[in-house]
Amino acid sequence: MNWEILGIWLGAMVTLCLYSFLYRDNPFYKFAEHLFVGMSAGYWVIYNIENVLIPNWWQNMVPPEGGFNWIWLIPGVFALFMIARIIPKTAGLSRLSLGMIVGVGAGLNMVSFFQTNALAQVKGTIFSVASGGVWSIFSSLVLVVGVVSGLVYFFFSKAHTGVVGRTANVGITILMVAFGASFGYTIMARLSLLIGRFQFLLEDWLPTIPRLLGLGG
Amino acid sequence: MADFYEKLGNLDRRIIFVLIALSVMIPIIFNMVFPNPVGAEPSRDMFDYVDALPEGSNVLLSFDYDPSTMPELQPMAEAIVLHLFQKNINVVGMALWPQGASLGQDAMSSMADSLGKVQFEDWVNLGYKTGGGVMIVRLGSSMSAVFPTDRDNVPWFEIPMLRGISTLESFSLIISLSAGDPGIIAWVMMAGDRFGVPIGGGCTAVSAPTLYTYLQTGQMVGLLGGLKGAADYETLVGIVDGQAVRGMAPQSVAHVVIMLFIIIGNVAYFSQRKKGGVK
Repeated sequence: MNWEILGIWLGAMVTLCLYSFLYRDNPFYKFAEHLFVGMSAGYWVIYNIENVLIPNWWQNMVPPEGGFNWIWLIPGVFALFMIARIIPKTAGLSRLSLGMIVGVGAGLNMVSFFQTNALAQVKGTIFSVASGGVWSIFSSLVLVVGVVSGLVYFFFSKAHTGVVGRTANVGITILMVAFGASFGYTIMARLSLLIGRFQFLLEDWLPTIPRLLGLGG
Repeated sequence: MADFYEKLGNLDRRIIFVLIALSVMIPIIFNMVFPNPVGAEPSRDMFDYVDALPEGSNVLLSFDYDPSTMPELQPMAEAIVLHLFQKNINVVGMALWPQGASLGQDAMSSMADSLGKVQFEDWVNLGYKTGGGVMIVRLGSSMSAVFPTDRDNVPWFEIPMLRGISTLESFSLIISLSAGDPGIIAWVMMAGDRFGVPIGGGCTAVSAPTLYTYLQTGQMVGLLGGLKGAADYETLVGIVDGQAVRGMAPQSVAHVVIMLFIIIGNVAYFSQRKKGGVK
C-alpha cells in the first residue's frame, strides 16, 4: 500500500465530491461536507490539547523536571468557568473569564490600535502631499480628496445638498472604486484557490491513474 | 434579438462554471506560462528591502496561515525563504496559526536541503504559539520566555543561531505571511509601531486592499498581495517555473473570461432595460 497515493486519491475524491455541488446538491457533496465538518472538529480538539493546553498550561503547572506550580491552577479554573456555560445554573461564571479576555484585549489594543490605525493613518494622509514629484503630489491629492469626501458621505448631521451633496457624491464614487478594487482582489483570491485545486488534480492526481493501471509513469 | 438577450440574461450558471473550469484547466494542461513583468510595486519594495539586508542579519518569518490559503501563500513562503538563504541571512520561523508551523517547516526544510543550509545554524523553526498580539508584545521583552524550546523541543539556549537573539529588536526585519487575524496587522501594531522593527508581509488577495494603507504610511516596507505578489517575488528571485508564476496563466485567462461575462451581462441587462423588460 502506497500511503502517498492513497492520500492523493482521498484528496482528489473529496475535492470532486465538493465540486459536484456546482451541478446540484447531491449525496456525494453531503458526504464530503459532513466528513469535513466532523474531521475538522476532531482535529482541532486534539490539536489544541497538544499545542495549546499541554505546552502552555499543563507543562507549566506540572513541569517535566518535577514539582507543582499552583499558580497555574488559576487559568485552569478560568478555563473551567468557560465550560460552565453548558450548565444553566453555573453559566454566569463564564462571564468572569470573558471579562478577563475582553479586559486584557481592550487594554492592550486601545493605545496600539489607535496609534496604528488612526494616528499613523491621519499623519500619512496629511503629510503625503508634502513630498515627491508631480505624479506623487497628484496621487496624494487624490488620496486627501478621497478621504475627506468619503468622510463627508458618512456625515449625516447636514443634508446632502449643495456643496456637501456634491462632495458626498465624489465620496461615494471613490468608495465604489475602492469596493471595485476590493472585489477584483477577491475574485483573484478565489481563482487562486481554484487554480491550486486544479494543479493538484491535474499534476498530482491524474498521473497516478496510469501508475495504478500498470501503464508505467 | 430581444429573445437572444433574454436568453443571455437567464444563462444557466453551470455553463459559466464549465467555462471558468476550462479557462483554468487548459493553461495548466498545456503548461502555458505568461510573462510576469514586475514594475515599481510593493512586491519589488519587499524584494529590494530583503536584498539590501547585510549578510548574517536575523529575519523573523511568521507563517500565519493554514492549508486553505496555501495556493497563494506557500509559493511566497518558498520564494522568500530561498531569497533569505541566498543572501546568507539567518531565518527564524514561527507561527501565529497552528498549522502554519508545519507549512513553514516544509518551506524552510525543502529550501535548506537544496541550498545546503543547516538547521539550528542557518535556520530554526520555533513553532506555533497561541496568543496573537499579546504574545507578540511578550516577544518584545523576551523571546526565550515565550519559546523555551523550538518546534522539535530543542531548548532555546542549545540552538547556536539563537545566541545573539533576545527580543524582537534583535531582528532586522519581520515578515508575516498572513491569511487573516492574527497576522500582519498584529505584527504592525505590536512589533512595528511599538518596538520599531521593520515589517514586511505577504497576504491573500482578499486582504491586500486593507493592508495597502500601511505601505503608504511607511508602517510596512513591502507587501506581496495574493498569487500575483507571489509570482512577482518568484520572478524577482529567479524561479522561472514556480507554482505562482505557472498559476498566473490560468489566472489571466480566467480573468478574461470573467470580464467577457461581465460585458455580456451588462449588454443583456441594458438591452432588456431599453425594451422595458428590466427596471
